[in-house]
Amino acid sequence: MTSRQKRELKTNLVGYSFIIPNFIGYFIFIFVPVCFSFILSVMKWDGSDAPMQFVGLQNFMKLAGDSTFIISLKNTVWYAVFTVPLTLAASLLTAVMLNSKIKGIVVYRTAFFFPYVASLVAVGAVWNMLFQPEFGPINEILKALGVANPPKWCASTDWAMWVIIIVSVWKYMGYYMVVYLAALQGISHDLYEAAEIDGATGLKKLRYITIPMLTPTTFFVVIMLTIQCFKVFDLIYVMTGGGPGRATNVLVNHIYNAAFVDFKFGYASASALVLFAIVLVITLIQLWGEKKFTDFV
Amino acid sequence: MNTKTSKSRALVYGVLTILAVGMVIPFVWMLLASFKTSNEVFSIPMKLMPEIWHGENYQEIWKKIPLLTFFVNTTKLTLITTVIQVLTSCFAAYGFAKVKFKGRDILFVIYVTTIAVPWQVYMVPQFALMSKMQLTNSHLGLILMQAFSAFGVFLMRQFMMGIPGELLEAARIDGLNEYGIFARIALPLVKPGIATLIIFTFVNIWNDFMGPMIYINSTELKTIQLGIRMFISQYGADYALIMAASVCSLIPVLIIFMLCQRWFIEGIAAGGVKG
Repeated sequence: MTSRQKRELKTNLVGYSFIIPNFIGYFIFIFVPVCFSFILSVMKWDGSDAPMQFVGLQNFMKLAGDSTFIISLKNTVWYAVFTVPLTLAASLLTAVMLNSKIKGIVVYRTAFFFPYVASLVAVGAVWNMLFQPEFGPINEILKALGVANPPKWCASTDWAMWVIIIVSVWKYMGYYMVVYLAALQGISHDLYEAAEIDGATGLKKLRYITIPMLTPTTFFVVIMLTIQCFKVFDLIYVMTGGGPGRATNVLVNHIYNAAFVDFKFGYASASALVLFAIVLVITLIQLWGEKKFTDFV
Repeated sequence: MNTKTSKSRALVYGVLTILAVGMVIPFVWMLLASFKTSNEVFSIPMKLMPEIWHGENYQEIWKKIPLLTFFVNTTKLTLITTVIQVLTSCFAAYGFAKVKFKGRDILFVIYVTTIAVPWQVYMVPQFALMSKMQLTNSHLGLILMQAFSAFGVFLMRQFMMGIPGELLEAARIDGLNEYGIFARIALPLVKPGIATLIIFTFVNIWNDFMGPMIYINSTELKTIQLGIRMFISQYGADYALIMAASVCSLIPVLIIFMLCQRWFIEGIAAGGVKG
């Protein structure tokens, strides 16, 4: 062995020694399960000691005919279609307002951001009480305002999803507001000064400078929000349990119920792969967009 | 012109204040309800303030469910997971960022790829494997499941990449070995990254609901989040007590958040802008 080879071997070993503590855990508890999910999706297995059975694409075929799965997919899309633009609008508007040299920005920022770090269980409990259909404060206020029959919220198949959407926007807008605030700080003042010389006022500046300059950030926010929406579960589990009926049953509910209620691990993995496929497509769009937007800024 | 700007500024303050109050109302309502009697919580006509402040609610909850056990469990899980996560992530991140070894790039690509796979996709096979290893219904299982995220490595690598190579080279010439460089030069320079990772891991583990829900059955092993769920299902009509327990569960996160808000904001801004 030449001294150069020896040195190389030594660097390699040093490199591996840095990686190994994390890698062992990562490999066993993340990498293997990820690979295992592909195998499991073509198997029939109840999770017990009984051996798995290879069933080919049967799990996926069954998914296509499973009305609960189809409904959960529709509900997830419905949830995303409203949550993404509403959260986006709320976070963008508050960020723009906060960025206009406001006094007490820290106080406002704290108020908008704290829901994001508050636990879903506590938050879900309090919102359930606020939206309580018979005596809850929200319906009391609505009645006082003259609404004779206020919605039954979480007890109504028509309104339950709206409760989830409202609470989601409330909980997550602070995070994206911070993302927007950081991006806003990156917009050069020269642009605004130039626009002012040309006679542009507040809203015009927003329309023709701020929003176009934020396009890459908005793209990023839309992607993150969409992925997050497809993963939604905790909030729904805590607030409605997927009900009433199947009104708020989403994709992850379906995975969870298939695995941990019905003990159909293979079938659960097949629906988990559908979630994966959706997230993968969104991620590919993100990669494409990132390339596109690198020239933009 | 001047009156116009001051008018629009007043408008901005007005709108922001209304929105901010709206954001905080659920927490205020929670706090006030926690001092009421359960009948008073939903009294008609609606009353915001408690008639009498029932501070004893906060004693009652510790007797009704083993809240202290839940707190101890959660604290233990959170601390151990955070320590393992931060240590191994920093270690691996230094290897990926600053040591050139064979297979490094391909290994890193694998790490990054799995970040894009949501946990919900592999939680079922992960649970199956864990139960084969007899790690379900144990704290060890929960810790191992959450302590080795690829995201931590990725985040710390971003910070490590920012350390100039010349600095490390100079240390090498001075005779420091890689481990010495890591401990004495790299780590102090990535303190902001470490702070960010600690806070995010802490909050995530403290608030985690789905992990413990899937893995833990025994009451004596439950976390605070599971405990409050248990409380709700057992004493569903004790609204005031549920709110008191919820307030208790929020306090540690509130304290961390108030003390370290800066790191939260900077962490999100760094991650968000880079994408």
